Amino acid sequence: MALDRNLAAAIAVTRFGLGAKPGEILVARDDPEAWLLAQVRPGVGADQPQPGAATSAERVQQFRDYQKEKQAAKAAGETFDPVKFARRLIIGDAGADFLARAKLAATTDADFRERWTLFWCNHFTVSAIKLQTATLVGPFEQEAIRPHVFGRFGDMLVASSSHPGMLLYLDQAQSVGPDTMAAAFLSRGGKQAGLNENLAREIMELHTVGVDAGYTQADVTEFARAMTGWSIGGLREGDDAGKFKFRPAAHEGGARTVMGKRYAQDGMDQALAVMKDLAASPHTANHIAVKLARHFVADDPPPALVAKLQHTYLGTGGDLGELAKTLVMAPEAWSPQPVKFKTPYEFVVSSWRAADIAPQTLPDIGQILNALGQKPFSAPSPKGWAEEAEVWCAPDAVIKRMAWAQDLAAKVLNGRDPGQLAQDALGARLTPLVAKAISRAETREEGLAILLMSPEFQRR
Amino acid sequence: MSNAPTPPALSLASLSRRQALAGALGVGISVEFLGRKAFAAADGAMETRKLVVVICRGGMDGLSVSPPVGDPNYAALRGSIAIPGFDQPGGALRLDGTFGLHPALPSVHRLALKGEARIAPALASPDRARSHFEAQDVLENGATAAYGTDSGWLNRALQVMGPGKVKAISVGATAPLILRGGVEAASWSPGPGAGRDTRLPGILQDLYANDPMLSRALASGLATEAMAKVANADATAALTDAGDMPGATGPAGAPAPAMTAPAMNAPGAEMAGATNAGGPALQATLRQGLPAARKLGATLAGFMIQPGGPQVAAVSIDGFDTHANQGASQGQLATRLAYLDAALDGLAEGMGPAWKDTAVVVVTEFGRTARVNGTAGTDHGTASTALLLGGALKRGGIVGDWPTLAQGRLFEDRDTAPTIDMRGLFKGLLVAQFGVDRRALDTVVFPDSAAVAPAEGIIA
Repeated sequence: MALDRNLAAAIAVTRFGLGAKPGEILVARDDPEAWLLAQVRPGVGADQPQPGAATSAERVQQFRDYQKEKQAAKAAGETFDPVKFARRLIIGDAGADFLARAKLAATTDADFRERWTLFWCNHFTVSAIKLQTATLVGPFEQEAIRPHVFGRFGDMLVASSSHPGMLLYLDQAQSVGPDTMAAAFLSRGGKQAGLNENLAREIMELHTVGVDAGYTQADVTEFARAMTGWSIGGLREGDDAGKFKFRPAAHEGGARTVMGKRYAQDGMDQALAVMKDLAASPHTANHIAVKLARHFVADDPPPALVAKLQHTYLGTGGDLGELAKTLVMAPEAWSPQPVKFKTPYEFVVSSWRAADIAPQTLPDIGQILNALGQKPFSAPSPKGWAEEAEVWCAPDAVIKRMAWAQDLAAKVLNGRDPGQLAQDALGARLTPLVAKAISRAETREEGLAILLMSPEFQRR
Repeated sequence: MSNAPTPPALSLASLSRRQALAGALGVGISVEFLGRKAFAAADGAMETRKLVVVICRGGMDGLSVSPPVGDPNYAALRGSIAIPGFDQPGGALRLDGTFGLHPALPSVHRLALKGEARIAPALASPDRARSHFEAQDVLENGATAAYGTDSGWLNRALQVMGPGKVKAISVGATAPLILRGGVEAASWSPGPGAGRDTRLPGILQDLYANDPMLSRALASGLATEAMAKVANADATAALTDAGDMPGATGPAGAPAPAMTAPAMNAPGAEMAGATNAGGPALQATLRQGLPAARKLGATLAGFMIQPGGPQVAAVSIDGFDTHANQGASQGQLATRLAYLDAALDGLAEGMGPAWKDTAVVVVTEFGRTARVNGTAGTDHGTASTALLLGGALKRGGIVGDWPTLAQGRLFEDRDTAPTIDMRGLFKGLLVAQFGVDRRALDTVVFPDSAAVAPAEGIIA
C-alpha cells in the first residue's frame, strides 16, 4: 500500500468499517490491511447480535397463534384489538431484534465484518413491510445470512431461498403447481391454488444473474414451477411446524427448462440444481462484483476493481471470504478521496461510535431512521435499500441530519472535548478547515454537531 | 455529480409575508427560490400553472383502480378479486357504461363527476420486462430502456424550460429519480425543523463550499423549511374551513406518516414512528392514517400556492405489489387506494382557487395480470390505469382506447394491452401546462421519442 499509514488506518476504519470509536484508528494503524483481513472469519461467519434469540420457527408459530386468537375472538363475538397485538409483535420482538443489531454495530471491534454482513442482509432483503414477516427479519439474518457471509455464495442463496422469512416475504410458501394433487385438493375446498412467481423472479433478477442476463418471462415461470413445493410446515406438522418443508404434493412434476438448460430432476432437487447453476453463472459474478464495489468504494465503481472481484468469484466458486480479501487488497478500494455518502443507518451508527455510546431503546434509533427514510427492517422493496448518494442526500434529509446531530451532541457530550473526538473519529481524514471550525465553535455541543455534519464525516 | 449552476439567490428583503418566518429560522445565509419571480410577463398564465406527478410503486392494479365492470370478460378473469358492478354492495363507482372507480376512491369519483378527474385505462411505459426496478426506472428516467440515463425526465423538463424558471419539490425523505438531475429540486417530509443552533447552518454552508452536493441540499432544505411553516398553517386552515377534518387544528408540523410508505395495514412499516411515544402513539398512527394523508396532500398544496413556490411536485406511494390476497372492495389494495384518495382530496382542497390551474397525474410502473393468480392476488403485468385530476382538465371520457379484455386482446394472453405510451401523456401535460417545446420533449426530456406524440385534449 502506497498510502500514508495514518491515512490508510483512517480509511480502513471509516470506509471498510462502520466508523471509528475512540482509539480504534490507533489500533488499526500498525497494519491497516492486516487489521481488516483478521476480521474475515471463514467457518464461523458473522457475529450474532443476540445469541440464543428466538428462532424463525418460534416466530412463525407465534404469528399463527395470533391468527387463531383473532378467529376465536371473532367467532365468540368478542372484539380483538389488532393494534394491541401488532404493537407487542413489532415493538416487542422485531424492535428488540433491530435494537440488538444496532447495539452490535455501535460497539463491535470487528466493524468491517459487520459492514460486510449488512451488505449481504441487504442483498437478500426480507422486509418487515408485511405484518407476516415483521418478526422474521431478525431470525432471517441470524439463520440464513450471518452463518454464511464468509462461506459459499451458493450456500447462502439456498439458505435464503428456503428460509421461512423469504418464503413468506416473496409469497413462495403459497405457490402450488397448477397440475398437482395439492391444487386439486385446495380447489375442491373452494380455495385458490396456483403458481406464484414472485420469489423465482427476484432470485434471478436481484439475488443472482441480474436483470440484464437475457432471461425471459418463460424462464421465470419455468423456475417458479421448479420451485413449487418449497414451503413451510403447518401447525399440526410436529417438528416441521414453522420450518422449511418441501411438499411433494404441491410440486409440479416434469422437466423444466431455465435459460436454455433442461432440468429433469425430481422434487426439491430440481430447484436446487437451477440455483446451483444460477450461483455459478458469470452474470452472477458480475452482478455481485458491481454491487460490492459500489457499496464499498463508489456509486460509479472503478472497472478494475469490479474485474478483480469478478475474477475471484469465478475462480473460487463464489467463496465470499476470498472475495472479502480481494476487496481489502485492491488498491482501487483505498482512494484517499471519500466519495460514498453515508446511508442513514451508517450515519447514525458512525455517530454513536464517534461519541462512544450505544443506543439503549428502540426510539433512540427508530425515530431518526424513520425520519430519514430508512425505517428499521422495512426496506421498501425486495431490492433493498438504495446505495446512491442522490437518494439519501435530499435537502430534507440534510436538515433532519443536522437537527439530530444537535440533539445527540446535547445529550451525550458530557463535557468531553469535541476536538479530541474529531481526531479520534477521523484521524488523518480530518481536514484543517473542519478542525478549525470545531475549535471556534461557541459551545462544545456545537463543536460535536459540526464534526458529525462535516463533509468528511458525512462521507466515507 | 452534476455541476449545474446554482440559481441566483434572492435576499430575504424581497419577501413580504414570508419574511418574518424565514427570519425566525435565524439563518444567516441566502434563501433560494422564495419569492422569486418565475416567469416573465410574456409567459402569461403559465406562471400559475401546476403539475403534480404521483408515482404508485409496486405495480398498481389498473383493473381494480378503474374496474371495467361493463367489460363482459372482467368478472370471470378476476374471480374472487373482481370489484362488484355498479349499484351492488361494495360496487364500483360509475364513470360510464364500462368503467367505474374503486369504491375506496370516493374523492376521485366526486371530482370525476365535476369533470375534474379522468382515467387512462390502458397506459404503459415503453418497457415490457415486468421487473419493478427496470419499469420504475423507465417511468422516471423517460428513456426507452432502464439505466438509460441517471437523471429524471421531470428534472430535464425543468432544465429545458430554462433552469430556475419553474421550481420543483418532492415529498418524502429520499429523492426520487424522476426529479434527480441538473436542476436543484427541493424536498420535504413532515418532521421537526432545523434544530435550535441557529449558527450551525451558516457554519456548515462554509464547510460545504467545496462539496456541491451537500451545499445545494442544505441551501434548498433551509429554504423549504421556511416555506413549510407557511404551508402547514395554510393546510390546517384549508382543511378546517372545509369542516371535515376533525383534529386538524393541532400544532403545525405535527409528524405524519411518510408518504413513501403509507403501510396502513402493515404495522411493520410503522415500527419507528410507532415508538415515538409508546402505545397511544401507535394506535394513533394506525388509526389516523387517512387524516394524515389528507394533511400531507394539503400541506403539499400549501407549498405550491405560495408566491414563487414550486409549480411542479413529485410524490411516491409504495405498497401496490399485490401478489397475494389483494382483496376486492376491501382489503390490502383498498387500504392503499383509500390513502391515495385522501391525499388527493387534501391536495385538491388545499389548492383552493389554484386548483383550476392544476393538473395531477397518478401513474404506476406497470399493471398486473388480467387473471387472478393462485394466491388471490395478481402478478406483474403490462398496461395499467393512470388517473388524471385537476381543475385544469378538459371534461371528457377515457383517455386512450380500451383494448377490452376479450380473448385474443390480452397482451401475451396475460395482461391489459397498452394503447398509449405514458410518455405521450406526460408530453401532453408539459405542453399544455408549461408550453414546453416539442423538439426538446422529443430529444432531451424523452430521448428518441419523436414517434410518440403529445396527448391532446386533456387540458382545457
